[in-house]
Amino acid sequence: MSESGRAAAPPASHRGASEANGRAATPRAGATRLAAAKTPRDAPSVFRSILFDQPEPTAGVDDAATPAFFADLQLDRVVGSITKGREEYDLVPLYRAPLHSVATINYRHEVFRDLENKTVLDDIRSFATKLRWMRRHRALVGKLHFARQQQRWYLRAVEDYCDAVKCLAGDLSKARLRSHGMLAFRVYLLSYATSPAFTTLVEQTTKVANDLVGLQYNLHIKGNRITVTSYNDQADQGAEVDETFARFKQGAVKDYRVASPAGPADMNHVEAQVLDLVARIHPEPFRALQEYCANTSAYTDPTILTFDREIQFYVAYREYLERLERPALRFCYPRVSDGSKAIRARDAFDIALADKLSGDDETVVCNDFQLDDRERVFVVSGPNNGGKTTFARTFGQLHYLAALGCQVPGNEAQLFLFDQMFAHFEREEDLATLRGKLEDELYRIHEILEVATPNSIIIMNESFGSTTLQDARLLGAKVLERITQLDLLCVYVTFVDELASLNEKIVSMTSMVDPGDPTMRTFKLERRPADGRAYAAALAQKYRLDYDTLKAGVAR
Amino acid sequence: MKAYLMHRDEDFDLGRELPANTDVLTSDLELNTLLEAMALGDGFLREIAQRALLLGLSDPAAIRYRQQILADCIEHPDTVREIYAVAIEALAAPKTVWFSPLLRSSGSVLANSLRVLELLVGALKRLHEIAEAHATQFTCEGFTRLFATIKSDLGEDYLAEVQAQLRELRFRRGVLISAELDDGNKGTKYVLRRPSDRRGSWRSRLSPLAKGPHYSFAIADRDEAGFRALEELRDRGLNLAANAARQSVDHILSFFSLLRAELGLYVATLNLYAQLTGTGQPTCMPDPSAAGFAKLQASGLYDPCLALKIQGVVGNDLNANDKTLIIVTGANQGGKSTFLRGVGVAQLMMQSGMFVAAQSFAADIRTGVFTHFKREEDVTLEAGKFDEELRRMSQIADQLTPGSTLLFNESFAATNEQEGSEIARQIIRALQEAGIKIFFVTHMYDLAGGLYAERAETAAFLRAPRQDEGQRTFRLVEGEPLTTSYGEDLYERIFAEPAHAALAD
Repeated sequence: MSESGRAAAPPASHRGASEANGRAATPRAGATRLAAAKTPRDAPSVFRSILFDQPEPTAGVDDAATPAFFADLQLDRVVGSITKGREEYDLVPLYRAPLHSVATINYRHEVFRDLENKTVLDDIRSFATKLRWMRRHRALVGKLHFARQQQRWYLRAVEDYCDAVKCLAGDLSKARLRSHGMLAFRVYLLSYATSPAFTTLVEQTTKVANDLVGLQYNLHIKGNRITVTSYNDQADQGAEVDETFARFKQGAVKDYRVASPAGPADMNHVEAQVLDLVARIHPEPFRALQEYCANTSAYTDPTILTFDREIQFYVAYREYLERLERPALRFCYPRVSDGSKAIRARDAFDIALADKLSGDDETVVCNDFQLDDRERVFVVSGPNNGGKTTFARTFGQLHYLAALGCQVPGNEAQLFLFDQMFAHFEREEDLATLRGKLEDELYRIHEILEVATPNSIIIMNESFGSTTLQDARLLGAKVLERITQLDLLCVYVTFVDELASLNEKIVSMTSMVDPGDPTMRTFKLERRPADGRAYAAALAQKYRLDYDTLKAGVAR
Repeated sequence: MKAYLMHRDEDFDLGRELPANTDVLTSDLELNTLLEAMALGDGFLREIAQRALLLGLSDPAAIRYRQQILADCIEHPDTVREIYAVAIEALAAPKTVWFSPLLRSSGSVLANSLRVLELLVGALKRLHEIAEAHATQFTCEGFTRLFATIKSDLGEDYLAEVQAQLRELRFRRGVLISAELDDGNKGTKYVLRRPSDRRGSWRSRLSPLAKGPHYSFAIADRDEAGFRALEELRDRGLNLAANAARQSVDHILSFFSLLRAELGLYVATLNLYAQLTGTGQPTCMPDPSAAGFAKLQASGLYDPCLALKIQGVVGNDLNANDKTLIIVTGANQGGKSTFLRGVGVAQLMMQSGMFVAAQSFAADIRTGVFTHFKREEDVTLEAGKFDEELRRMSQIADQLTPGSTLLFNESFAATNEQEGSEIARQIIRALQEAGIKIFFVTHMYDLAGGLYAERAETAAFLRAPRQDEGQRTFRLVEGEPLTTSYGEDLYERIFAEPAHAALAD
């Protein structure tokens, strides 16, 4: 059995519909609660996570499995694209864990808004870069063999860390922050950065490093003998050659320097011997380094490191949006409700398609959709390749991204916070297994309908697409009946026109063709009754086979 | 060091893109014949000649600068060819050693570079000798300055200094390298140091080590890894110096490349000059005038490409000052196309600084030369031919700049004469008003006759007269277009049947 039918299991403990309803009506309510809990400077330990406003849900987030609908909505591609190049942060689990609290969604929106400030974003980026270097340098210590080298890279890693913390503290103390998350973090960070433990660490590290930086020496090689002496500022022979022949130079020149054969950090025993002799010429700084390493350990703070990882959830998403954003493709903060199923979006688009086409000039079509009052289901019909599947994906993506606390692809959106999301997309299969396939499909759909609640979202794409029209009509009507009974939100893509007018909870959406050239699809969907014959008539006209033209032609 | 033979104050740019119509122009004006005569099989000369011709100068002073150099070259061809030969030989020097792109070490890069440098220094010396011997014979600004540069930049003191430096790079007293520790306590920034002042005391020459503490160790005889490491260290120390030496090779080679490129047009022009004057054809230094006032006055103007192929080519005289439209009508086989090519080639040669195939030639500078010739090859595609002509015309229109010259040869004749004339008239009017100088060979009387009636002040009219049999080239005469063409005659002659009957079929 395919995975598409299975649900994204919710952490069941964390959702009381009535409580959530009460809060969702005014998004500010959650903020007020947090503001009241805002802590004074002397108790920075209240800050726990930049991703969660309340402590509990953190547990379990990192083990979240791939939600079953991920592939169908092409969210796997989107998340892969977002997290690309940030593998060391292991961000994917964070994007696989939709939230179930409107308050937490608002908490994240606030942080996102703070990061819209370019200065703050750059501060975070530069902090992240420094810690990345720290990790790289720390890893080097384990890979190297000579003690004097290990010590020096260890020192370097601590320098990176101190630098990262100091700079971020300095930067954020000047920043205009508004989110509860960033404000609490700043309190924590400033208190840490001014703590005696940290300031002492900085002092010692700087002193040892300053005495070592840029030590110079001379080497004389003759035969098999190497002599080390102090540096004496003799003439640069290469530069002299350069100068002598510069008069012939006509333009840019090639670089003939030979790249060092060994890795940048590695050292052979001859170099190590040279280093020992350099240490004899400059004994003091090397002795200090040795003592420093013996006395410094466990220098990092776990809360700072957690922040470094979790803030990347935001930075990665922001950078992703920047890559996709065009004048015609905008993102917005959705209003998310866990009570009202009246949803709407303007200029929404398929984020995976936008990602795929981001290098091209091709346009990504935006769609509007809206469900009012008792309306719950979009039945989508129209010509093939007319954007029906794209619309279904868009609907699912918007709700999913909203549940992550992220901005969504569209100009304006009011969305529903679902408990579970299900997708059922048709898959290509052999004709030979046709009967087995229909059976399998029905089985999967049945399972979905068993576990779905009125707060779930179901997206069905061309279900029963391979059966007879009669079967598809019958089964489709049956399934839609069940869905409307459940009163859940659904998108149902089908080629069966009649399903679009089954009952009053259903809204018909049809894909469009360009009136001037019927062979061109606009990929735009509109809310209007399904009419399968309209497209066929338009095509006929283009080839002068429509009723009037054909009749006149035959008559002559 | 610069040669500045192509421009007074800038290098000859070999990277500039050729005009978009290069292929069409080359084929329509039969430039390959000309280029082959200039190159004599040397691909490089051909490229230089092509660039010079197709990327002409737009300033009369710049053209005169080249003309004066060319005049000196024609006076002293042997010296010019000798300098060119030195450049060619120097450019071959790197082939004497093996600069392997793989498996290189700084040590071998340095050693190979030193060998090539020695050969190149020899070539520089010869250049200096030539300058000493012949400088006084040249009068033009370009050569006078080049010889002065060679004499001052490649003097004996300089060459002696160069040789001393090459000697030092053999490291008889070992290699002295400075270094510093990087962030991981590893050596970095290795720089080769000159052990002592060249004119230092005998003591400092003897010991390259400075005063102060020094510690040393030796690699044990059987420590192969140690020797490799030592070699590596030495190579790192030599890296920058080897790079500098190798780049110096490139520097000198780039100078000789430049010298070859700057001389190329003159050597190629000498080749062409010898061939044309060898057959007794006249040549002249043209008189370019600034753009703005239409000027064209020539005597004995002929197509050099034709003259390279056959004997006894006849030149044409032309007086078309103040004219921006020159209409040529008359008999087929009457030399109209040849005339058109002669005009185009002369304009190109003049603007490249070359002599011109004429007894005298004076014209204003044009920003480009374009051709719209009827295409013989696609007679089979009769239906699409007019289409093709118009499409080609629109491509040309995209490339044209005001001040260009456009040569039409039997254009827009692939449809009926009325339609063709009408289109041609509109195009001509539009282009002429946009500042294009137009040469239009046509046998459409409706067009030519109409133009003669309405714009005699800005247009000149030439006619290919009927000629006696056996004659290969023809002299055009000024005159009003005549109503009939001579195709009928030709047809009747060649097919030996009445043209009317054939046309009536």
